[in-house]
Amino acid sequence: MAESTLSKRRIPRWRIKIEPRLDEPPAWYPAAVSLLAIILALILGGVLIAFAGGNPFASYAHIARASFGDLGVLSDTIVKATPIILTALACSIAFRMKLWNIGAEGQFIMGAWGASAVVLTPIVAAESSRWLFIPVMVMAGMAMGAVWGFIPGYLKAKFNVNEIISTLMLNYIAISWVNFWVFAVWTEGGFQMSPRFPEAAWLPRLSQYAESIPLFRGLTTHAGLLLGIAAAVVLWFIVYRSRWGYEIRLIGDNPNAARYAGINIMRNTVWVMMLSGALAGLGGMSEVAGVVHRLQTAPIAAGYGFTGIIVAWLAKLNPLVIILVSVLFGALILAGREIQPSGVPKMIQGIILVCLIASDFLLRYRVRVVRGEEA
Amino acid sequence: MTEATPSNLIVEMQGIVKRFPGVLANDHVDFELRPGEIHALLGENGAGKSTLMNVLAGLYKQDAGLIKVKGNRVEFSSPRDAIHAGIGMVHQHFMLVPSQTVTENILLGLEDPRFFMRLTEYDSKIAELGERFGLKVDPRAKIWQLSVGEQQRVELLKMLYRGANVLIMDEPTAVLAPTEIGGLFQTLRAMVAQGKSVIFISHKLQEVTAIADRVTVLRRGKVTAAGVPIKGVTRQELARLMVGREVVFSVNKKPKQPGDIILEVKDIHAENDKGLPALRGVSLNVRAGEIVGLAGVAGNGQTELSQVITGLRKCKQGDVILNGDKINNRNTLYGIQHGMAYVPEDRTHVGSAPNLSVTDNVIMKKYRKPPISKGSLLDMGAATSFAKELKEAYDIIVPTVNTPVRLLSGGNLQRVILAREISGQPNFMVAVQPTRGLDVGAIEGVHRLLLTQREAGAAVLLISEELEELLSLSDRVYVVYEGKIMGELKVESTEADSDQSLIEAIGLMMTGTPLEQIRKEGVAAHG
Repeated sequence: MAESTLSKRRIPRWRIKIEPRLDEPPAWYPAAVSLLAIILALILGGVLIAFAGGNPFASYAHIARASFGDLGVLSDTIVKATPIILTALACSIAFRMKLWNIGAEGQFIMGAWGASAVVLTPIVAAESSRWLFIPVMVMAGMAMGAVWGFIPGYLKAKFNVNEIISTLMLNYIAISWVNFWVFAVWTEGGFQMSPRFPEAAWLPRLSQYAESIPLFRGLTTHAGLLLGIAAAVVLWFIVYRSRWGYEIRLIGDNPNAARYAGINIMRNTVWVMMLSGALAGLGGMSEVAGVVHRLQTAPIAAGYGFTGIIVAWLAKLNPLVIILVSVLFGALILAGREIQPSGVPKMIQGIILVCLIASDFLLRYRVRVVRGEEA
Repeated sequence: MTEATPSNLIVEMQGIVKRFPGVLANDHVDFELRPGEIHALLGENGAGKSTLMNVLAGLYKQDAGLIKVKGNRVEFSSPRDAIHAGIGMVHQHFMLVPSQTVTENILLGLEDPRFFMRLTEYDSKIAELGERFGLKVDPRAKIWQLSVGEQQRVELLKMLYRGANVLIMDEPTAVLAPTEIGGLFQTLRAMVAQGKSVIFISHKLQEVTAIADRVTVLRRGKVTAAGVPIKGVTRQELARLMVGREVVFSVNKKPKQPGDIILEVKDIHAENDKGLPALRGVSLNVRAGEIVGLAGVAGNGQTELSQVITGLRKCKQGDVILNGDKINNRNTLYGIQHGMAYVPEDRTHVGSAPNLSVTDNVIMKKYRKPPISKGSLLDMGAATSFAKELKEAYDIIVPTVNTPVRLLSGGNLQRVILAREISGQPNFMVAVQPTRGLDVGAIEGVHRLLLTQREAGAAVLLISEELEELLSLSDRVYVVYEGKIMGELKVESTEADSDQSLIEAIGLMMTGTPLEQIRKEGVAAHG
């Protein structure tokens, strides 16, 4: 008896218990957890800023002002978010089928090249109207991206070539390819850039409408945002409301079940990789026609394809959520230029990422405080 | 057996309580194990058997109650503590590294050897240990080269090498072929003869009565029989203790005249995944309104045959004829569109998409046609109402049709699959091991659904390892051995136990004696 009372005393008054979730949490739960994770990340970041001798409140206020403070910087944030939306959409559809396309960067670059080729070859005469230029550039950008997705897709379907390796390698080929063209063929006076596009080949910007709407003066947000939002909506419909999307989800969750249901996995592998590439290629077109206005390696190959991977995961592959997460990332990229030292926003970006990924744990497990022997 | 006083009990569990969210898995469970006995822990799926043993093996911590080993109170916070106290558990899913050898797997995680792996020395040690308990395994073989039965022996050796005196076997026969089960039983007896004790978790009555000395029965987390000597109880009594009601082992099958031939398989030759011949000239046919059984020990070509029929596997030679059309080596979609239903062997890895909802899982074969499809779009409203209809009609117990099917129990998942397959109003159905791993209640439900199909005039090919199931449901039974049909028998009686000669003949055919030879030798005068 003495022994049992002794052991009873050893049981703490309360303890934390972690149990796997056996049921689905309510619909609002994932969003609430993500929000809490971001708040926690900001608190942690604030502590670190304070340790570094800064004032966390002032720093956050500055970051917020630098990315959302007025219409001008908000517009710049959206400009940064636009290519990320499209590359993240590209990654999300491939990841949905468990195709690890990490070649959105290369597909993005090839899309930029394809759109540029329309102007620089020229495929469309320089004096043509915007209504001819833009649709042809969109198609050329998507087509080149799709080609860059088709290659690893076909290799995967036909010869089971690992798409992680092939898409990664194709990124470098894409960069070299564009380098060749801007150095050797389309170079402007020996510089590593092509001549500027005629204005008809630019995606319209808000600032162009400043005469009728004065509020738009100086705003650089361009029509690429509309392309991104439209692509997100279309992709949402494809994934959740179409037969093809159903096949993609089924293959992604269990390829054996898909085969059992009579679905052709090889054909879908090729099509999904092409769609993924086309979305990234559209991003490249939007960047070259909306921001850079010429073909030039450095501002095009700025890593949007890789950021897209992270954004796609953080948005849990949901096309509409991708838009929101992309804006957040656009803000952090922009703040990185405003804040000195620029490491601070990068650090905060890292903390947010870690917190969001860790918060996933709460979706799969339940944490409870337990009193004594009671469960 | 000596009288059980607390001092000579090797394991004592008293008042064990274990809760999971929404479930009381163990409700004040007492359990006693004597040295040198095989103690069966019997109960339906979800009765709390595995939970109780996971507590004993240090994987779970009990919420209340105490454990004594050899009379001393113990507190396990990990399996390592449990194995120190001499308690080792062999799980249903093996925990082995496929690319490593038997010896390497057994030594994994141990302190000794530390740096210099003189493996040959350990090889012989392990071979010796295997010899002692009748566990024959080549210590130098890589795990992936071994059969499931051999891998189970490695798991046992792992525990014995760590000095386990009490071996907990969690449904050890579920993964084994019937021929391997005999070997396992011999091993268990050899271990007991050398002073080890065995806890044998199972929901199969035949096995429990065949191997155990005593039995403890659990029902819904509570003990309904504690340590009863197996000689003193009948199978019927055990079944009642397990499910709380009498289990009817026969089904109500009405006599029925079979119709035209729906499926005909002619001289099929096919290879297995490893490129070895699996089917060597199989021929059989199934008529409308009959259930045809295919009996055989697992791994004699049954899986491959079901895949060839459904188009998931190519055949090298021969014909598959469905409703008069040759369909061999056409794609799976052809069969789906021509009234073929398929209940696959593997519910979770083939038959369903675990993270998708019940709705997404039931439209798997219907999403191509209206009303679920609207051109290239899906009508989610129609899909949802279809899923709700099936949920009602087939008693699928699930909060909503949006719940992912990974949260469903085995029996419920099987109902989802059967609902999907039957709702396509098939004229031909292949069902492979449709009741494997299900509890008694769920098995009855599946049997009823298969008989409804027969009554509705569908042709059903039932591939199963459960002889009782085959005899009670089928009109005819084929027996397959090493990819060849050994013979075909009519099942006239619905009382399975009444026809001993039939069972005997099937048993002989399952081990490779063709029917003609049996008849010639007059072993079974059936025909």
